[in-house]
Amino acid sequence: MSVCGVTLAFGPKIIQRDLSFDVRRGNIFAIMGGSGCGKSTVLKSMVGLMRPRAGTILADGVDIWSGSVAQRAAIGRGFGVLFQSGALWSALTVGQNVALPLQMATTLNAAAIRRLVRLKLAMVDLEDAIDTAPANLSGGMRKRAGLARALALDPGILFFDEPSAGLDPITSRRMDDLILNLRDGLGTTIVLVSHELSSLFAIADDGVFLDAGTKTAIAHGAPAALRDGCADPQVHAFMRRERPAA
Amino acid sequence: MPPAPPIGANGPVRFDASGLGRWDSGLIAFLWDTKKAASLAGSSLDPADLPVSASKLLALLPDHAPPASAVKQHRRFLVWVGDRTTGWLSGFGQGSLLLGGTVGGGARALRFRAQMRWTDLASNLRDAGPSALAIVAVVNFLVGAILAFVGAVQLRKFAADMYVANLVGLALVREMSAVMTAIVMAGRTGGAYAARIATMQGAEEIDALTVTGISVPDYVVLPAVLALVFTMPVLYLYGCLAGMLGGFVVAIGMLDVTGAGYLNQTLGAVGFGQFAFGFSKSIAFAVLIGVTSCQIGLNAHRSAAGVGVAATRAVVAGIVGVIAMDAAFAVMANVAGF
Repeated sequence: MSVCGVTLAFGPKIIQRDLSFDVRRGNIFAIMGGSGCGKSTVLKSMVGLMRPRAGTILADGVDIWSGSVAQRAAIGRGFGVLFQSGALWSALTVGQNVALPLQMATTLNAAAIRRLVRLKLAMVDLEDAIDTAPANLSGGMRKRAGLARALALDPGILFFDEPSAGLDPITSRRMDDLILNLRDGLGTTIVLVSHELSSLFAIADDGVFLDAGTKTAIAHGAPAALRDGCADPQVHAFMRRERPAA
Repeated sequence: MPPAPPIGANGPVRFDASGLGRWDSGLIAFLWDTKKAASLAGSSLDPADLPVSASKLLALLPDHAPPASAVKQHRRFLVWVGDRTTGWLSGFGQGSLLLGGTVGGGARALRFRAQMRWTDLASNLRDAGPSALAIVAVVNFLVGAILAFVGAVQLRKFAADMYVANLVGLALVREMSAVMTAIVMAGRTGGAYAARIATMQGAEEIDALTVTGISVPDYVVLPAVLALVFTMPVLYLYGCLAGMLGGFVVAIGMLDVTGAGYLNQTLGAVGFGQFAFGFSKSIAFAVLIGVTSCQIGLNAHRSAAGVGVAATRAVVAGIVGVIAMDAAFAVMANVAGF
């Protein structure tokens, strides 16, 4: 997946400009940066929720924003997205949440769908919650249920928006392990937005650092490499959790 | 809180805080005003003699107020007008696209290819239909009774008591039942649709549908609009009956009219064409309320306040839209000589 010269804006307010980076197949790619720098907005444009003002976003060489809504939906079926809050459909049970993409996008019969739903929920250790309403789940369970739904259509690329946000350290560590297992087990490419340093160092292979001041990327590379070798004071301070120079 | 004192250029401003007892945010606000005024005058505020906690709070605050908006007053009005106009045009365009998407979804639903869950349609039908029977009956019964009261007073002067049945029947079937039922549904069901969809928007559920490749018009809007399209014509007929019953009760009680005579007069006055006209209007009102409320929900701000605003806007837009559309129907019927 490639982001080429992308500019994102809400009305007159520029969020990020002239942003370019490549996500290599099978990598865990981190979009990093301080609060309010536009990380989630970049993710939204990559999954087809926000049209860039300029530039192209290529998935397997196809510009996801050049086609019709139906073409974009077809490309989007190759993506799985875990939203920050889980974004489970509140009117459906956990099992129905995972089943709905399969019902809408495939011609599988009910028995096959039921089997796949159980599989995806078991992968995130939530098989017991199949008939539970999303409102009755804890924050961590909601994220795992959202992940099971994101995995429903066997996506080639998984997008995570702040996967560890709001989780206790142990649950957060389990989420990291789950992400690594998905990459290693399924060969899925993963793009994640995060500013949880411990998670970033533990799982990300590559990344881009966005700056709210200059409104563009100021560093590229793996989080650990940026921590150890990036000369930019902003990145240096962020990666080492230090006070920025005045 | 006293105003900030004039600042001279005789070195930093200092305070004698030796007599200072308990203090609160009012002191910090005063000190911040002084700090900004000192900075403007090319001086500064020396916090050395202030309590340590007050100095720390003051250190958090900037020396300068943020620059005032450069947009002049008369320009602000133009910006407001421009924003409103583009917002309205954008809303109209989005509504048209949503209507097109919903009609397309309806065509796909006929071939069982729409991305709609039939259980959602069933639950929307239950909410929009049977649950609304009582309120539709009460409102239309009272409207029929009011029409009969008003008519009775005037018609009695001309010894034309029997024509109350014509007045009530025609007014209900042609106009009032469709409009009153639509207003009830705009308030009850349209507001609920907008609030529900706005809540989904705030919880990123709509985004999740989009990225999963599930059509939002098919999945969210179509069951809502179809439920109204199926139930409102039935509620209209039910409302006509309730309204006529209201008129009947008043006519029997107040006027020199027999029950059989009233019914006979009503059947003679209200033709099938009048029913067809009201029936068609109720379908148009259903589409208007359904699409408008769903569109307002989809465009809601992602906050609790946004949900409230969306529900209010959906009710207001639904009621105003229904009355405006009814006026357009009246003009068209007049032109067509109906």
